[in-house]
Amino acid sequence: MVSLIAKRAGLGLLTLWLVSVLVFAGTEILPGDVAGAILGQSATPESLAALRSELGLDVPALQRYFDWLGGILTGDMGRSMASGQPVSDLLWPRFRNTMALAAYAGVIAVPLAVGLGILAAAKRGTIFDRAANIAALAFVSLPEYFLGLLLVLWLSVKTGWLPSLADTYEGMGLTAWFTATTLPMLVLVMVTMAQILRMTRTTVLGVMDQPYIETAFLKGLKNGRVVMRHAAPNAAAPIVNVVSFNIAYLITGVVLVEAVFNYNGLGRFMVDAVSKRDLPMVQAAAMIFGAAYVILNMIADIAAIALNPRLRHPRGKEA
Amino acid sequence: MSDILRIRDLRVATAEGVELLHGVSLDLEKGEILGLIGESGAGKSTIGLASMGYGRGGCRITGGTIELAGKDLASASRPEREAVRGARIAYVAQSAAAAFNPAHRLERQIIEGPLRHGLMTAPEARAWMIELFTALGLPEPETFGRRYPHQVSGGQLQRAMVAMAMSCKPDILVLDEPTTALDVTTQIEVLLLLRETIRKYGTSALYITHDLAVIAQVADRLMVLRHGAEVETGTTEQILSAPREEYTQRLVSERQASLNAEAGAHHRTGEEILRVDHVSAAYGRTPVLHDVDLSVKRGETVAIVGESGSGKSTLARLVSGLLAPSAGQVRFDGEALPESYRKRSPDLLRRIQLIYQLPDVALNPRQTVGETIGRPLETFRGLKGRAQRNEVARLLEMIGLPVEMAARLPGALSGGQKQRVCIARALAAEPDLMICDEVTSALDPLVAEDILRLLRKLQDELGMTYLFITHDLSVVRRLADRTVVMQKGRIVEEADTATLFEAPRDPYTRRLLDSVPQLDRGWLDKVLAARAS
Repeated sequence: MVSLIAKRAGLGLLTLWLVSVLVFAGTEILPGDVAGAILGQSATPESLAALRSELGLDVPALQRYFDWLGGILTGDMGRSMASGQPVSDLLWPRFRNTMALAAYAGVIAVPLAVGLGILAAAKRGTIFDRAANIAALAFVSLPEYFLGLLLVLWLSVKTGWLPSLADTYEGMGLTAWFTATTLPMLVLVMVTMAQILRMTRTTVLGVMDQPYIETAFLKGLKNGRVVMRHAAPNAAAPIVNVVSFNIAYLITGVVLVEAVFNYNGLGRFMVDAVSKRDLPMVQAAAMIFGAAYVILNMIADIAAIALNPRLRHPRGKEA
Repeated sequence: MSDILRIRDLRVATAEGVELLHGVSLDLEKGEILGLIGESGAGKSTIGLASMGYGRGGCRITGGTIELAGKDLASASRPEREAVRGARIAYVAQSAAAAFNPAHRLERQIIEGPLRHGLMTAPEARAWMIELFTALGLPEPETFGRRYPHQVSGGQLQRAMVAMAMSCKPDILVLDEPTTALDVTTQIEVLLLLRETIRKYGTSALYITHDLAVIAQVADRLMVLRHGAEVETGTTEQILSAPREEYTQRLVSERQASLNAEAGAHHRTGEEILRVDHVSAAYGRTPVLHDVDLSVKRGETVAIVGESGSGKSTLARLVSGLLAPSAGQVRFDGEALPESYRKRSPDLLRRIQLIYQLPDVALNPRQTVGETIGRPLETFRGLKGRAQRNEVARLLEMIGLPVEMAARLPGALSGGQKQRVCIARALAAEPDLMICDEVTSALDPLVAEDILRLLRKLQDELGMTYLFITHDLSVVRRLADRTVVMQKGRIVEEADTATLFEAPRDPYTRRLLDSVPQLDRGWLDKVLAARAS
């Protein structure tokens, strides 16, 4: 099992490296001159040449790639072209913001969604099951920004309970932070919960058709115990998978939610960087997004390996 | 009145309202073993589960009473049924491998019942479990429960399932084909221990099986079922020696015939058509065949017998080109056979056909019988349109199905009919060699007998060559000219079938032959006595 996990971790590192190649290639090597793209049509040949050497574009691409990769590995992501500040100084506060919101939403959404999903499976066909399904379907079908605007309308504009904008700043109090971020959190919870809930329900129901579930019922066990003790452990791997996928979404896919609530996170950072053609910033943000996906997927796969009793307890000699 | 279970006019229907049981009544006394026997669809399992107040896949009890310990389960509430299940009446399934939860250790699953029903404390339940493990002959009973289901063998798991059923000291066990999935040499061990355990603790049992010879060893009385209704009930001796109903007579005589048929067939044989020349094979790094040497002549039937893990199916995969040997060579009609089916010419593919164990899975459910048989006619023989339809009709007639069947989908056929269609599909290619991989194992005894008769008829008419792969010695006895016995990837004995059955040389062959249950009530006791002496 250890070798399997090591293999999977190695594969994750390889994928990360490939991501770095793609990010670099996508932003630097693809057709078109970066300097030209930055300066636009009014650029003079002199200013183009000056910018190229400033960006280091006269150095061969391969060498630039390794310089860049080495920089990332040592925490130096270069300087922003727009402001001249180190990218990491600009990036990390945003990254912290994004992670804080993702954690806030995740801590509520994941247990709630998995719990409700199992409950829906245990009460298959009841009013509760149907209501949970319809609600989940509705949340999944509505675009996040629309959900966000609906919440702003009800919880902020009409009732005044919560602020409509998620303004956060360094050194703000914890209570103030929670108040400010509750609305975007609610939107994220709704969107991610829907998928986790439906997936959990489907997986648990799939397990409920297995013969060992019938055995459990024939032992005279109650429905709840059968679902919790006999079905849920066997449904764990796919559930971990969908959970990790949704956490990755919480980190990387929240551009629209950040935009609606004017939240200072990574998504908006990326959009700003792209619109300003600030390449080092775009590369850094893309690397972080890519790494989040790769690492979370890797954790899910490793968890699936670790959860499999056949791999955890090999047959050994007695078989 | 010492009846512990009393069922009257029991009716069970599916969720769609199709009635599966049409009013069955039975009584079970304390300490008695009642055998429920019949073919698939007879309603045996349905009775077993209904007597626990349970319906599989949405089945409901629609009428009658099930009196267990003075309480009617048919009209009981859900909590009342749950209180009885596992505690007073417990279930042993056919496949313990599927019935144990792969995520938990055996011990946790076995003591769960007594703990949940509040019958014992955890140390008491564990002590009782260890006592059961000991009684059932499981290795290291103190620590056996620490293992996960996948860490023990099939025979051990089946015994652990019995321990799980006995964990609450129930009055009644429902044993649903408890030894059917096991190899014969394992079956006899489990059967012995099962019988001893039931006797030792005075448990009553409903023993469900399709195998008369097995049930003859354990049951006090037998109830013969067909199409969800009782055919007849009597003591085991009476049913076996003097069955009243025609259906029971057929069941008994078929089983008798399969055990007592004259061993061995003798076909006129021609030149060698298949030669497996010192072949070894492996799955990954695990070797499964060791230096296997085998020859098949045109027109003869060679049977390869062995238990699970003997490598017999691997041999079939080798010949059909699904697996490459790691050493040695397979020769067909004098020429080396390309290792992979991908490299074989269409004509070579045509000449070797394979018939599988499970006809349900081997047929495309969306193709009609006519299309299924027509496909090889077109690809191998270029027959289209009317010529193809005529040939399909001829083949259907040959395998004993009405021509109208050509328009049917497999879903509308019975298991035996599906296997006939598979045979017709193989015949359509006009093969020189047919590999039959456990072709009757999934079929009911009477249906299996029909299929064997058909295969024999085809051989007589067409001079077909069969390579027969099976674990069922009675099939071998009736069909094969020569028999090859395999164990752990090696050939341990090869002989003329009659010789092999009358004078087996290898100790393993002898053990295999001795393990086949006989239709004689005292057989198991004789085996026991023979061992003691």
